[in-house]
Amino acid sequence: MSLDVSNLPSYRYGHHSLMWWGMMGLIAIEGTVFVMTVMAYFYLWSQAQSWPLSAAPPDLLWGTLNLLVLLASIYPNHWTKRVAEHGDERKMRIGLVVCGVFGLVLLAIRALEFTTLNVRWDTNAYGSVVWVLLGLHTVHLATDVYDTLALAALMFTGPQEGRRHVDVAENAMYWYFVVYSWIPIYAVLYWMPRLA
Amino acid sequence: MNPVLEKTWRDPPGVVGMLSSINHKTIALRYLITAFAFFVLAGLAAALMRLQLAKPENTLVGPDLYNQLFTMHGTTMMFLFAVPVLLAMGVYLVPLMVGARSIAFPRMNAFSYWVFLAGGVMLWVAFFFDAGADTGWFSYPPLAGPEHSPGKRVDFWAQMITFSELSALLVAIEIIATVFKMRAPGMTLSRMPLFVWAMLVTAFMVLFAMPAVMFASSALIMDRLVGTHFYNYAEGGDPVLWQHLFWFFGHPEVYLIFIPGLGFISAIIATFARRPIYGYPAMVLALIATAFLGFGLWVHHMFAAQLPELGKSFFTAASMLIALPTAIQIFCWIATLWTGRIELRTPLLYVLAFFFILVAGGLTGIVVASVPLDLQLHDTYFVVAHLHYVLIGGAVFPLFGAWFYWFPKFTGRMMNERLGKWQFWLFFVGFNVAFFPMHQLGMEGMPRRVYTYGEAMGWGTLNFVATVGAVTIALSMLLFVINVFTSYRRGVPAAENPWRAATLEWAVASPPPAYNFDRQPVVRSREPLWELKDEIAENVSGLAEKSREVLITTVVDAFPDHRLPFPKPTIWPFVSAMAVTALFIGSIFTPWAVLWGAIPLAIAVTLWFWPKAEETKENLALEKRP
Repeated sequence: MSLDVSNLPSYRYGHHSLMWWGMMGLIAIEGTVFVMTVMAYFYLWSQAQSWPLSAAPPDLLWGTLNLLVLLASIYPNHWTKRVAEHGDERKMRIGLVVCGVFGLVLLAIRALEFTTLNVRWDTNAYGSVVWVLLGLHTVHLATDVYDTLALAALMFTGPQEGRRHVDVAENAMYWYFVVYSWIPIYAVLYWMPRLA
Repeated sequence: MNPVLEKTWRDPPGVVGMLSSINHKTIALRYLITAFAFFVLAGLAAALMRLQLAKPENTLVGPDLYNQLFTMHGTTMMFLFAVPVLLAMGVYLVPLMVGARSIAFPRMNAFSYWVFLAGGVMLWVAFFFDAGADTGWFSYPPLAGPEHSPGKRVDFWAQMITFSELSALLVAIEIIATVFKMRAPGMTLSRMPLFVWAMLVTAFMVLFAMPAVMFASSALIMDRLVGTHFYNYAEGGDPVLWQHLFWFFGHPEVYLIFIPGLGFISAIIATFARRPIYGYPAMVLALIATAFLGFGLWVHHMFAAQLPELGKSFFTAASMLIALPTAIQIFCWIATLWTGRIELRTPLLYVLAFFFILVAGGLTGIVVASVPLDLQLHDTYFVVAHLHYVLIGGAVFPLFGAWFYWFPKFTGRMMNERLGKWQFWLFFVGFNVAFFPMHQLGMEGMPRRVYTYGEAMGWGTLNFVATVGAVTIALSMLLFVINVFTSYRRGVPAAENPWRAATLEWAVASPPPAYNFDRQPVVRSREPLWELKDEIAENVSGLAEKSREVLITTVVDAFPDHRLPFPKPTIWPFVSAMAVTALFIGSIFTPWAVLWGAIPLAIAVTLWFWPKAEETKENLALEKRP
């Protein structure tokens, strides 16, 4: 007896795909790193006489602008994910380029953000944890911008296999992680010291 | 043997081919051999320490070398032996046991191996250049900080953590994806072999435990190299932060070493008691409970630090609680053995030794879980005895059992039973002679990590006994190596299923062909090979044979979901791993290495993912839209 599978599709989107599970694994790992760093932030705070340690809280302008642009970038990513799920490579190219441009703008804002933290990483433990938290998020940002641009380049060499369209859709998933993880990190970096 | 499939799935020949291999069995064997080499190195470090301690005021090894020896021993055993060797057993066996052609993300698997190898080699090369880590396997600051440990020793240690944890994290993702998405049709979650459950639970523990130590060691190396102050008390940092982060990883680490061992035991007992394991649902739930509780125990390593007393009581209670799921499993195994027809072969001997040694280690665990007793025994040889009873009993004995059990599958030949039994008894007796006296030494106040002791302390006799035990263990390991080599060359040839076991890895040839299954089986029970006398009743057909196609199934019920083209061997994972190595090692010498090193890494990883035009064409021909 045999179970014939030759009529099954050769790729599927979302949690059906292997790529989705790999991505979720990465997100679980990196989310845990963020949580650990935030825990370290509060732990150091709990051990301190005053917080932030002999420094003014970071200026609000660039971090807040970053939050707004990140939230706005959800839309082009969502659109790209949708056209990827329809397998439309022409639209995927447009979407990926727009997402990539959003990413580059965000990296530029992020560079400015580092200049208004009002503390250096080697000033004290507060400065260290602030720089590392922001730095970690920046690594994720930069990685996904690079991924997006590489995928865009790949789509320009198309037509590609359907499972590359799954990659495009999952890239948008990862971008959501970069956006949504920024909300708590932003709250910790910018608002916790003001509440203290 | 199916020549078409073999041609499709085998790794390419030659040196470049070797560096390009992605077959999970090839990579797993490399992991196993490399991890065993580290085990031997760490064991030699231990033997040197035992020789030094054999008599009072011995001068064989000086204090500086001794510090390096115990650090290299602990670090290597935990990071370069225990975790990789157990994950490697999963990398080899999980795809076979779930009836898959490959592991998920096979190129990432090759990458993880090269990263692991580079990290381990770096640590040991540094040691041979007198830059061996010397602050203990948990490297507490302030001792490990820039002020008290200048030089590069601790930097190599911290970077080795980054290497080895990166590799373990990637393997964890592969195992989870393989177990969830690549099981043979019909193998629902409730029909999965207990070993596969154990590896799944282990992989999840890796996912949530290892990021803590990666963050901790990165913060340590930044404190040392770029002037951050995470652990610097003078600038608002706190050394106890390290302890929390390290043990938040370190305690789950104990369980993620222990749980694969439980998986080996379930596989071995079922086969040699010739019946299914009693209480399958209880066994699975116990594994999951152990994993959850394992994350709630870390403070019991820190009872000697200044922490709130109420918090310590909580962690005492949690530590006692974890005895429950372990006891459930032990009783289920006893019930299985009791009602089975026992064949006392070498693998089962190792399992029976596990019961004895682990229970002894568990009992001393109850002692050190109690705060007042722990304060007395902290940092003494009592703890050394306890941790070796738990880790060697809980992981190393089952691992040797597993090695004897699956060696025929790996090589197509049986291990020699007589040598195996000799080795077992030497190991078992030597282990107890080496470590049992340490309980007494600890209670008499002998601190761990001292390179010598005065004659007037009266510890000479017991230390000498322990050294005799250590030499006996070394002899047993020598016998093991001889057994492996002679059996590999001249052992009795093994058929597909020499132990008449029930799980799917025994349905294929020994050693398995590159493609694992000619046709993937369709599974209808927990013991597929015991149903119809070694026959598989139903197979999967319709997968391409001339290109690498695998069947993806649904998470819970393992319904066929789609066919997926799998990647071919390529050298880029190796090149990427070398780029990572350059970045990590470079960063020990200049922080700019992180920036410049990212460029070759990005290029290598991009080329790794970039599809070849011909492959795209080939796959497009087979493509079916969802």
